[in-house]
Amino acid sequence: MSAIRNGSRRDFLKKCLIGAAFLHADGGSAIRAAVEPGTAPAKSKVVIAHDAMLRGAGGTVDSRRMLNLLDQSMQALFDCDHALEAWKKLARPDETVGLKVNALGGRGLSSNLQLVEAICERLQEAGVKASGIVVWDRDSDELERAGFHVSMGGNRVQCFGTDRVDYEPELVTHGSVGSRLSRILTRRCNVLINVPVLKDHDGAGVSIALKNMYGVIHNPNKYHPNGCNPYIADLNMLPEIRARMRLTICDATMASYEGGPGYKPEYSWKNNALLISQDPVALDYTGWQIIERKRADRGLKTLEGDGRAPHYIATAADVQHRLGTNDPRKISAIAVQAGA
Amino acid sequence: MTGGNMSHAPDEQEGGKLPADGAAEGERPTIRDERSQKRCPLDRRSFLKCALASGAALGLCELDQPLIALPSWVAPQKQDDSRFTVEAKFYEKLQGKKIKCKLCPRGCTVGDLERGYCGVRENRGGRYYTLVHSRVCAAHVDPIQKKPLFHYLPGTLAFSVATAGCNVNCKFCQNWDISQVRPEQVSADYIPPQQIAGLAKQYGCPTIAYTYSEPVVFSEYLMDAADAGHQAGIHSVVVSNGYMQEDALKTAYGKMDAVKIDLKAFSESYYRDVVAGELKPVLESLVTLRKMGKWTEIVYLVVPTLNDGDSELRGLASWIKTNLGKDVPLHFTQFHPEYLLKNLPITPVPTLERAKAIADAEGLHYVYIGNVPGHPAQNTYCPKCRRMLVERVGFTADQMLIRKGSCPFCGQPIPGIWRE
Repeated sequence: MSAIRNGSRRDFLKKCLIGAAFLHADGGSAIRAAVEPGTAPAKSKVVIAHDAMLRGAGGTVDSRRMLNLLDQSMQALFDCDHALEAWKKLARPDETVGLKVNALGGRGLSSNLQLVEAICERLQEAGVKASGIVVWDRDSDELERAGFHVSMGGNRVQCFGTDRVDYEPELVTHGSVGSRLSRILTRRCNVLINVPVLKDHDGAGVSIALKNMYGVIHNPNKYHPNGCNPYIADLNMLPEIRARMRLTICDATMASYEGGPGYKPEYSWKNNALLISQDPVALDYTGWQIIERKRADRGLKTLEGDGRAPHYIATAADVQHRLGTNDPRKISAIAVQAGA
Repeated sequence: MTGGNMSHAPDEQEGGKLPADGAAEGERPTIRDERSQKRCPLDRRSFLKCALASGAALGLCELDQPLIALPSWVAPQKQDDSRFTVEAKFYEKLQGKKIKCKLCPRGCTVGDLERGYCGVRENRGGRYYTLVHSRVCAAHVDPIQKKPLFHYLPGTLAFSVATAGCNVNCKFCQNWDISQVRPEQVSADYIPPQQIAGLAKQYGCPTIAYTYSEPVVFSEYLMDAADAGHQAGIHSVVVSNGYMQEDALKTAYGKMDAVKIDLKAFSESYYRDVVAGELKPVLESLVTLRKMGKWTEIVYLVVPTLNDGDSELRGLASWIKTNLGKDVPLHFTQFHPEYLLKNLPITPVPTLERAKAIADAEGLHYVYIGNVPGHPAQNTYCPKCRRMLVERVGFTADQMLIRKGSCPFCGQPIPGIWRE
């Protein structure tokens, strides 16, 4: 009662709503992780974690340092002393976790192997079975070309493309989108962790978190006109995606600022960073700004000037979608310098 | 147009014989009466073929097992892509390994490793490839009336093939499970052009029809198959949306013996919102086909509330009369709820009849109603003396009275490609 007495009517209603969200959330650990009871998040957190020494002498990412970078990022995002606490909030031991990587760019510009291994390691430490983790994208051959080892069955981490299990026969629709969803998403995953790459995109402007969901559907080619807008936002509204999505860990160890989405060495840079957030819109906005700064450094036009500003980000934030915020005043960018 | 460019006519029919099985005929005594005076029905063999094929098309029985079944929702076996991958004909190389597709008006600019809107053409290192050459995902023997082509060899069969892919995304698509997928997502067989021609012959089809999905996107295959067919005495027809750049249209459809264009509406807003395409280029294609002297028929799927207004229909008919002439067959067909447009009812028959009445009033000579079995507007009537010249039941042409491209009653020329 004292809480009611001491707080305003608005605060009380807010708390009731949050409580209701907890009670109704099926496997609501994502909500638990994002919102502490009684405190509506004022800002969306985006962690930008760098490690200047991430790469060893050969230029490849050092696994140990990657694990450390990931840990520090998770601690910063979830405001906890140990990364494991954060992982335990994200997935229960009985859940199956899908890591939706991006393997389009081959070995040069796909989700980093050491990053994916680090995520798998921490998930298992949090109690998720190895066989309960699925690393996936649309095509097994693309995964192999990106350096992943395709693996189905057994008591190990699973890794395969939708080509092995097909798409659902029935269409799901939202707004402008009507698609068949990967059966990996619908039948194998309770939890989705999005592991995209920070890169330029010739149509959408940038391809980061939200655009990575194009790998979930059977007909992404239909959704590239008009800068992929409003298709990206509509696609991410599908309940099958929203209900499972808990976190985005964007691989920005190698990123591209031009010529995407394919790998063009001349337009890519070793950024040695991760972007992590539970707000995919805020993450995309933040990633877009990083790409714009790099383009400015290299004397390139802005994406707006190039006729391909990522308008889909604003659409994802609008009142019809509310997938997150693109308002920089409502984004808390948390810089982490790992190994420092 | 009579006789068209038919250098390889199908077998001559046996004239003067009524079909042996004619249960439906008993229900139409007036037809029988007319036949008894001046009958020129199909030969027995053709009738049976068409009847069987028609039954298959209606799902009543099958002429044969489909050569290739439609997807059964199991992951297709991994296919050797290299067999189906041929450099595309209609594109331009750009800087930075990008390409610009010049096949359809969409004109996709495609980056390396990306595909165009159609999903069946891919940029690989700055070269653009079709991934569906000889990659046949559906093959059936159909009556030509099913296309529908009513003024083209009535009563004959068409060996009908499709690959995956389409360059638009109609919300009412009946074949979306092959048109709106990538080639690797649907089972397919490798059937090179010479084999298509051979299969057509084997199944007694004087024509190969490129249909079901959208043949624009498999133009290279269509052209090669048409060449192979012509060498073997087999014709080619295409069932298309006509959403194509002019040069590509002239090159690819120049090889066709007849064309059926789906004119989906007569408004840009419908094309934008329901089709994901544009009206203007389709109208331009129709004019180009007319100038090429290509036998063309038009289908207009009448979707309740979306493209069935009087003024739109009147504008359509008027445009056809002015730009293509009043002899172009126009088929108003019935919509069935499918794919992304399941919230609308089947087109009421009176709506189709109203559409036909409007087009008739504008002066078009051959206005048909489709997807309504048994409707009298499926038959061909002489525009001068009004006598029935071709009677159609379902997908069969039950009788064909046209002689030397003319009405046998009054001598009025009836345009089309006829089997003499």
